[in-house]
Amino acid sequence: MDVSVWRGDASGGRFQRFEVPARTSQTVLDVVAWIQQNADPTLSYRFACRVGMCGSCAMMVNGQPRWTCRTHVDRVTSDGRLEIAPLRNLAVIKDLAADMDPFFEKWVTAEAVFHPARSRDEAVERVNPDDPARQQVDAAIECINCAICYAACDTVAANPDYLGPAALNRAWTLVNDTKDAGRTAVLDAVSGAGGCHNCHSMGSCAQFCPNELNPMNAIAGLKRATARRFLGG
Amino acid sequence: MLGMKLYMAQRLSALIMAPLVIGHVGVMIYAVQGGLSAAEILGRTQGSVAWTLFYGLFVVAVSIHGAIGLRVVLFETVKLRGGGLNAVTWVIFLGLMILGSRAVWAVTVP
Repeated sequence: MDVSVWRGDASGGRFQRFEVPARTSQTVLDVVAWIQQNADPTLSYRFACRVGMCGSCAMMVNGQPRWTCRTHVDRVTSDGRLEIAPLRNLAVIKDLAADMDPFFEKWVTAEAVFHPARSRDEAVERVNPDDPARQQVDAAIECINCAICYAACDTVAANPDYLGPAALNRAWTLVNDTKDAGRTAVLDAVSGAGGCHNCHSMGSCAQFCPNELNPMNAIAGLKRATARRFLGG
Repeated sequence: MLGMKLYMAQRLSALIMAPLVIGHVGVMIYAVQGGLSAAEILGRTQGSVAWTLFYGLFVVAVSIHGAIGLRVVLFETVKLRGGGLNAVTWVIFLGLMILGSRAVWAVTVP
């Protein structure tokens, strides 16, 4: 198999080609690991769980963002070729390791952090699974912070201030969470210059999310909630 | 770049434009099918407060909506930023207002 791997850092780089033996049920992460273990031990990349839970191994595979540990090579190769690059829309630290700091800093900017409503001495807030707001949370909660949606988003590419689908998706879960007391703070945070209103609803986030979440739907919910609040509702 | 106020201004202006566009298209179809001449059309619009308000509101809504929409395009594609972006947004808004107001003036003032 002919594999091109991006080598370089924030100042630039180039693709380097490797011949990698094809194997049954081989994942893209297997290919990267094989290169690092057998061809070039200086290759840098990031991974942890290898089972699609930690969200750390996302890369661009043949131009599209994917979780490499759960992406089988035979589903994404074209003409036996594979091109692997660091995630789009993020600076490169080295080779396939992207700098995730801006991605997580935007989570904080979006107030996508838990705001406790009760102290440890009080009873835990009851959560009704049938409540429509809770169902909105449940539909969006399984984000693994892989930044695939962030890499897929053309609005992020065009607007460096835009908070991005993952941070806004998390903000939406908090707006609908009865345990969270920061609804006003979250709606303020997502109404700023880089907030939810910059989304063009192109849907790449929903298209590429490996957990089949729909951040575009969450962002639409934030737009509705902020508009309702703006109009005094 | 597109905060709450600009977003709402663009959405509310769209809300105003939608029925006005339908009304405008309806009037055009009526005028064409009825075979109205330019003089007959002007005879109905000149001095009419209703048509002045109809098209005057349309021009205001278009100017707001178009200026904000083009602001986003310029920000994302031409990478225009800061004071330059604000200045161009205002120029587009005022340009559309002037052009549209002249057109409304021409067909409604006797």
